[in-house]
Amino acid sequence: MYAYDEIDRTLVNERVSEFRDQVKRRLSGELTEDEFKILRLQNGVYLQLHAYMFRVAIPYGTLSSEQLRRLAHIARRYDRGYGHFTTRQNIQFNWIKLAELPDALADLAEVGIHAMQTSGNNMRNVTSDQWAGVAPGEIEDPRIWSELLRQHTTLHPEFSFLPRKFKIAITASDHDRAAIKIHDIGLRLVKNEKGETGFEVLVGGGLGRTPFIAKTIKHFVHGRDILSYVEAILRVYNQYGRRDNIYKARIKILVHELGIEKFSREVEEEWQHIRNSSLQIDDGVIEDIRSRFSYPAYEKLPHMPDELRQAAADSDFEAWRKNSVFPHKVQGYSIVTISLKPTGGPPGDATAEQMDALADLAEKYSFGEIRVGHEQNLALPHVAKRDLPALWKALDKLGLATPNVNLITDIIACPGLDYCSLANARSIPIAQELTRRFANHELANLIGRLHINISGCINACGHHHVGHIGILGVEKNGEEVYQITIGGRADENAALGSLIGPGVKFDEVADVIEDVVEAYLALRERPEELFIDTVKRLGVEPFKERVYATR
Amino acid sequence: MPLVKGGKIVEDSFVKLDVDAPLPAAGDILVPGDRFLKDADALLARPGKVGVIWPNNRDIDALVPYLGKLAAVALVFPTFRDGRAYSQSRLLRERHDYRGELRATGQVLRDQFVFMLRAGFDSFEVKKQADAEAFTQTVKRYSVFYQPTGDGRITALHRRMQLRHSEGVGT
Repeated sequence: MYAYDEIDRTLVNERVSEFRDQVKRRLSGELTEDEFKILRLQNGVYLQLHAYMFRVAIPYGTLSSEQLRRLAHIARRYDRGYGHFTTRQNIQFNWIKLAELPDALADLAEVGIHAMQTSGNNMRNVTSDQWAGVAPGEIEDPRIWSELLRQHTTLHPEFSFLPRKFKIAITASDHDRAAIKIHDIGLRLVKNEKGETGFEVLVGGGLGRTPFIAKTIKHFVHGRDILSYVEAILRVYNQYGRRDNIYKARIKILVHELGIEKFSREVEEEWQHIRNSSLQIDDGVIEDIRSRFSYPAYEKLPHMPDELRQAAADSDFEAWRKNSVFPHKVQGYSIVTISLKPTGGPPGDATAEQMDALADLAEKYSFGEIRVGHEQNLALPHVAKRDLPALWKALDKLGLATPNVNLITDIIACPGLDYCSLANARSIPIAQELTRRFANHELANLIGRLHINISGCINACGHHHVGHIGILGVEKNGEEVYQITIGGRADENAALGSLIGPGVKFDEVADVIEDVVEAYLALRERPEELFIDTVKRLGVEPFKERVYATR
Repeated sequence: MPLVKGGKIVEDSFVKLDVDAPLPAAGDILVPGDRFLKDADALLARPGKVGVIWPNNRDIDALVPYLGKLAAVALVFPTFRDGRAYSQSRLLRERHDYRGELRATGQVLRDQFVFMLRAGFDSFEVKKQADAEAFTQTVKRYSVFYQPTGDGRITALHRRMQLRHSEGVGT
């Protein structure tokens, strides 16, 4: 956990006061809606179909029990008793009242949470691996650097009015759980031959109307230079990124139009001017940030405790353990993913009661720490293996032990037409129907790892391009039509999916997905060949033939 | 439109000239960048100060040779959503060491004041009278800054290091 000091607290409180003043001026008419819009967006406040939506940042996906309880409080006090975890380590509340927002922000500020820059054309919440600091084989904890960047990007005087939004993600593991290749800047922590910490820097990834996988702009930027390098990228983007067309304003378009070579030359030139400036970070600064992250005092525990051995007889427990429990870097401990994808539920939602109960469980079993991942699930990062059976029982009672992590019902979906004013089609009901179709755990297990991503419009908040199966809702002649892609992925081998055929109607989507899955089961070489690997081996054609043969 | 300079609402000594407006014999003038570049020597030779209005979609490089002779550079925010002039102002101050008046023009509202000050602006053509009057109050909104810029305000990172250091001395 990162502990705010007086300096961080002061800034967040100053931001709350500023926003209180802005809301007051809006309510009195001193600010026009056009003027206020940008200001509220910079505090995570959108106007949705039915109400204001409030998006709160969970930087690099780390929460304390106290913070999670406060999110539950927000859900209960200012909203309708639940919150929605997003694909970028944020939580959204959908029914907030404008006049109450300053109070909600003040309540959050008391526990070191803010909503700064969770929307708007500025640098968004810095995201990272939800297993940061506990994943086996990790180079080092990427949250130290994420926090450095969080601070540097907060209320930046030069880059708060960019051509378009700007997202940074950081990973320090070989397996990329932070989806860095679909970010404006992706940072992969690496060591050079001298053993010094630095970053491979990727740029220009993003989804939306024109999806791109990020390209490597520099193979090694030393840790001490990372702020100046990021600043150089942003300065080039701020000046030359397109502002004439909102759909061409992301940095991916600038990188694409200039070409990565020319773009990187521009950045390099800018960087040479500023790399030896006060942006250079000395080790003391990094150590200071590191010192405010607390790490659990792990016990020396056996690899296979008796409690786990005994519980193995319970097949429901075993199904959950095999699915949701992952190796920890410390012997005797596990990382537990908590599925927010119950059968028939909207992906990523949690009730205030669940959040409170989970905060208690984290205190009891995970050193008071909870993580949020981009798959819209939560995790308890430090669970002693001996506690797994007790934890499972408690989670099961809360409806939080669905053993479907990474399976076909672990669906990522945007809020879609049920909430969002940009959407053309519904997402949540499609996800709900699919979780019912594949509710049988044996069937889902037989299918194996398969990520479905659903977006209700071309803006791609559900990351449909990078779903193993992607579902994109569009509007055609006043009707919701869904385009299906296969073969996308968001990890270190990130790729964009390919269309398998013409769009289908709302009530045909689940049938088509069943057909795709049947095709896969028939086509795979052996049970271990994952869906994504079969698609890679065979391409789209055999799927297309089978799915559309009878349509 | 009120002009705020040195934290106060002041008379603007500059007269803005269009591309083809006749040149007054004396007095301070602000001229569009194109016109200035075409006729820089003559403009600079006349009595009165000269300032340039520089668009936000043009590199400031062309202006750099004249910076030492200019009394003012006015940068433009066509809407407050368009943040290009923040980069231009930092480059003028921090890279090219420009020390004259740096004026923010266009849609300048109170909620940008702190950003603008940090980026190097020191005068502001404020859109609304109430915002101009609130200048002194508004710029006190923040006491913590995470990024180093040319305005010299101490950053949070450095303040922490100082605190650590002073604690270290005490123990």
